[in-house]
Amino acid sequence: MTATTQPTTGPADRRRPTDAAADDETSLGKEASRSVRRRSMRLLGDLLRPHKKALAWAAVLVVASTLGQVAGPWLVAVAIDRAVPALQDGSVTPLVLSGAGYLAAAVLGGVAAGAYVRAAARIAQAVLLDLRRRVFRQTQRLSLEFHESYTSGRIISRQTSDLEALRELLDGGLTGVVSSLLLMVFTFVSLLLIDWRSGLVLAVAFLPAWLLTRWFQRMSQVFYREQRTASARLIVKFVETMTGMRAVQAFRREPTTEADYRKLGEDYRDANLQIFGVNGRFQPGLILIGNMTVVAALAVGGWRVLDGTMDVGVLAAVLLYCKRFFQPVQQLGMFYNSFQSATAALEKVSGLLSEEPTVTEPANPTSLPLGDGGRARGELRLDHVRFQYGDGPVVLPDLDLSIPAGQTVAVVGTTGAGKSTVAKLVTRFYDASEGAVRLDGVDVRDLSSSDLRRAVVMVTQEAYLFSGSVRENIALGRPDATQEEIEAAARAVGAHEFVLDMPDGYDTDVNKRGGRVSAGQRQLLSFARAFLADPAVLVLDEATSSLDMPGERLVQRGLQTLLADRTAIIIAHRLSTVAIADRVLVMEHGRIVEDGTPAELIAGDGQYARLHEAWLDSLV
Amino acid sequence: MDLMPQTADSSNRSDPSSERSTLASIRRLHPYVRTALPRLIGGLVASLGASLMALSIPAVLRWVTDGPLTQGARDHDWSGLIWSVVLVAVLGAGEAGLILLRRTLVMFPGTRVEAGMRMALFRHLQDLPVAFHDRWPGGQLLSRIMGDLGLLRRWLVFGVLQLVVSFVTIVVGVGLLVATGGWLGIIFLCGSIPVTILAFRFSSKYRKISRLSQDQSGDLATTVEESVHGIRVLKAFGRGPDALDQFTDQAEGLRETELRKATTDAGLTTALRVIPEVTQGIALVVGTYLVASGDMTLGTLVAFFATAQVINGPVVDLGMTLSMTLNARTAVDRFFEVTDTVNPLTDPATPADVPAVTPGQAAQAGGHVAFRDVTFRYDDAARPVLDHVDLELPPGTTTALVGLTGSGKSTLAMLPPRLFDVTEGVVEVDGVDVRDMTRAQVRERVAVAFEDPTLFSASVRDNVLLGVSDTLPGAEREALLTQALEIAQAQFVAGLPDGVDTRIGEEGMSLSGGQRQRLALARAIAARPRVLVLDDPLSALDVTTEEAVTARLRDVLVATTTLVIAHRPSTVALADRVAVLQGGRITAVGTHHDLLASDPHYRYIISSLEDDYEAHEHEHEHDREHGPDERDKQNEGALS
Repeated sequence: MTATTQPTTGPADRRRPTDAAADDETSLGKEASRSVRRRSMRLLGDLLRPHKKALAWAAVLVVASTLGQVAGPWLVAVAIDRAVPALQDGSVTPLVLSGAGYLAAAVLGGVAAGAYVRAAARIAQAVLLDLRRRVFRQTQRLSLEFHESYTSGRIISRQTSDLEALRELLDGGLTGVVSSLLLMVFTFVSLLLIDWRSGLVLAVAFLPAWLLTRWFQRMSQVFYREQRTASARLIVKFVETMTGMRAVQAFRREPTTEADYRKLGEDYRDANLQIFGVNGRFQPGLILIGNMTVVAALAVGGWRVLDGTMDVGVLAAVLLYCKRFFQPVQQLGMFYNSFQSATAALEKVSGLLSEEPTVTEPANPTSLPLGDGGRARGELRLDHVRFQYGDGPVVLPDLDLSIPAGQTVAVVGTTGAGKSTVAKLVTRFYDASEGAVRLDGVDVRDLSSSDLRRAVVMVTQEAYLFSGSVRENIALGRPDATQEEIEAAARAVGAHEFVLDMPDGYDTDVNKRGGRVSAGQRQLLSFARAFLADPAVLVLDEATSSLDMPGERLVQRGLQTLLADRTAIIIAHRLSTVAIADRVLVMEHGRIVEDGTPAELIAGDGQYARLHEAWLDSLV
Repeated sequence: MDLMPQTADSSNRSDPSSERSTLASIRRLHPYVRTALPRLIGGLVASLGASLMALSIPAVLRWVTDGPLTQGARDHDWSGLIWSVVLVAVLGAGEAGLILLRRTLVMFPGTRVEAGMRMALFRHLQDLPVAFHDRWPGGQLLSRIMGDLGLLRRWLVFGVLQLVVSFVTIVVGVGLLVATGGWLGIIFLCGSIPVTILAFRFSSKYRKISRLSQDQSGDLATTVEESVHGIRVLKAFGRGPDALDQFTDQAEGLRETELRKATTDAGLTTALRVIPEVTQGIALVVGTYLVASGDMTLGTLVAFFATAQVINGPVVDLGMTLSMTLNARTAVDRFFEVTDTVNPLTDPATPADVPAVTPGQAAQAGGHVAFRDVTFRYDDAARPVLDHVDLELPPGTTTALVGLTGSGKSTLAMLPPRLFDVTEGVVEVDGVDVRDMTRAQVRERVAVAFEDPTLFSASVRDNVLLGVSDTLPGAEREALLTQALEIAQAQFVAGLPDGVDTRIGEEGMSLSGGQRQRLALARAIAARPRVLVLDDPLSALDVTTEEAVTARLRDVLVATTTLVIAHRPSTVALADRVAVLQGGRITAVGTHHDLLASDPHYRYIISSLEDDYEAHEHEHEHDREHGPDERDKQNEGALS
């Protein structure tokens, strides 16, 4: 029985500061909200910094395209004012000039607009690739205890829908905001030049616009957070239901899961509705403010016209400028909206990225002394190791154990004895709370993970297969292995025959989660992986549980060859597996209670002798 | 079964909907959009109204300054100004109001249609058999139910209205130009021909890329999902960096597709900007000439350009709305690709009249299960896994099913609960062909504990009571829970922080293998089925626990008909009789001791006595000489 915990403890004890619940939090305190926002802005800046030049170039393209757009009407005016009279006077030059100018502006503006679309996409895609890789690397870097609570669905949601929000900002946002601001600045300056007093009227309009924007920011920040959380929950539920479809159907849970999913779907829909609602008031609000400013300019200007202090012609120009000033406002509103959406998404992503793994990579790794054949010797020492999950109860109070290089050690014991914990410490899935685990005299915490993984490999009970071919799955043990080596590894564990029996042999796709391969066959494949990896220390954590007897015998024979010159820790409840061990450790409550060769222990009257007897009884 | 094979390789994925026109594709949305149509049309009207008001405000301003104000300044009449202010204010408020109205009208249909389609897809996915889910990677389904439907929502809320408004504005504007602009109008019309052609060519090209991009996103999601589900393996072998490389390649592929999409988009954007503007440049030269020559009035020229300006905006927007529409179309195709998948494993039109069973309520007697001449072949396999299998499970008996790894034991176990349907032959429960019962009826009678204990991130209680009717009184449910946990020797639950209310992590990953297996066993027991199928239920248990579970199970299983898949003698000990599965057939049925004496294959599978070891070693010698293919034969020879 594998047990990571004592009967009195549980995995859920290891509650972490940032778990799924914290991730789902939407109504943050003021301080928390600010720091979360700062964190996501820092990430955005970080992502954009390498693209400074490209961004500048994109901005130039936007300006060029906007200028092309503005130049058109101006050239039409020039043609009408100058070219017509000139033509009537017999001069073609102004016509040619304005005509050529118009065409030039058209081509320049158009080409710049097209080039911008590409430039923006290039930046957006580079940033996304960068971020995808960061999230992926972080996912792999984080410790198992993190994943147990965070769930794959949440990570998928970070990688898909959250990144999509960022993409929308990067793709479309920039054009809108640069050209809009540019047009607004042009218009405002022109207005000031014609009549500065009307400029003041316009300036007053900034106040309600600012207040409205603040309101929108406050509301949308919360709503977008809710939307991100609702979306993640929906994804988590979906992924889990699809992964567990067998159980859902076998136990007729369809109505219940459907109801749960509908509830989450409605939450997501409501979150979207809230966003549409606040957005659907923000944008018409901005338009209303713009239109009312025009009305105010008309009232003030009209009063002055009637008063005789302003010319009608000037008023006409002022009104048109005022109207034009507010035209891009809708685009600005859209930009701000996608900005809010992207920030909420970045808050989640940056939250994941800022997670610190509990098992960290050393800053200055010590290299492992290598023996003959470039392999570590494989001497293990657990030096007064104490271990507990987080603040949970102590699993290993004080374990002191030396395993000489080349020894095969079997660990047996009942539930909660701490066997699997030993495996997890040696493979550094977890770090010791106190004391140290040493490999060839080097603390495993000082080893680079590539050195450690090269030297120590673990085969677990969950023989997970990735989609792809059988070959790829075995080659996971050593990606540069040749076909011959892969086949040799498969043969060594007795997997070769059934692989050849598959439709495309080693090229057969194992499909989703090992679809057509039985549990026993999966374990054989994962054994083949370990054979191929050829480590100095092999840890087998209940790795033969689903094998049939002939399969287990075959694996054992393979193991005897494989383990001849390497260290192995075998955790097993099948005492048949234990038979090949040089030494047996019996554990109880995190302590070693018996230690000796199988023969010695069988001869005694301890736990192992009793277990052995029970096992013999169970055989035929 | 006709299930679309789905591989991680997007390139060989066929696109069966490519023949359909975009309009025809989108028309398929009708059943989902029907109830939302009035609101959508209302939104469209409001949208057109708002555009009209926006267009009219500058004209009104010009009219106001030229007319009432000029007049008023001359006459010192203030009423003109007041009326003007009121008029502009009304128009301005009207525009904002109509936009508000449009937004309010479309936000419900947009989100409701999305939610409705999502539920329809989810329901269909839950209805589709296990075989479908074995083949479709989770990421592909996820990208359809989240990414694609999200695209569709945005298109319904923004895209479709903008498309119609832009289109109407352009058609009306061009009509006006042709009607009033004379030669200039005709020039402008000529310019619209290449634009139309380009837009069509763009559509067909963009659609393909858009499809590829959405498929690649799905594959990427699959890789992410697997990298988390398989994180223990990746960590154990230190393959994180390799996984990152593989992921990077895939993400890089997506990036390239996206860039190709952007390049296509950029081409259209350029064309949509340059062609109309160049046309207008030519019109400017011609127009100026015509005005100078007196063939056209200055007013007509000014009016032409004023109108042309109005059209330019929507023409440029057209590029964006067109790509949005094409993406939405791809989303629709990908949605229907899944919902169109016909479910080969359905409930019969007229289910057999069998008495109702309340899951969780102890069955008085076990069911009678019979496999009659059952053949099962996976769709894509050449050879059947089960080849004319005949097996009876009399009521109340416990039968161990024994066979080599990969011999089809688990497949056979999936047939009584109809997780798969037979290719030929009949599986009967209580004398009724399981295909004549609804899936719910069958699964109320038959419960399974899988070899992979699939747990959900829910409380222990919810996981164990998964198959127990919610309608049972709370006390009874509690009793079932306690008893099931006790039988499965899952007392460790009491030690969890919140006892049976402790939430267990994703797929129960935070528990050890043995703990998970005991919960799955408890789940099958709690359902109190007439027929219990246990797929190697004790494999991850240690000897002591196994013994305890076996002892308790034998008590419980007295009345229940049980099929237990066994790999070792200790599991066989649960059973009254043993059936041996070899080469897709049941080759022997009998008691453990009888078979041990009479059946060499059985002895080979189950025995680990020393003589057999030696026989085995002997056979191993032959292995090396004759190759492993002869192993079985050699072995049997050696034993008999």
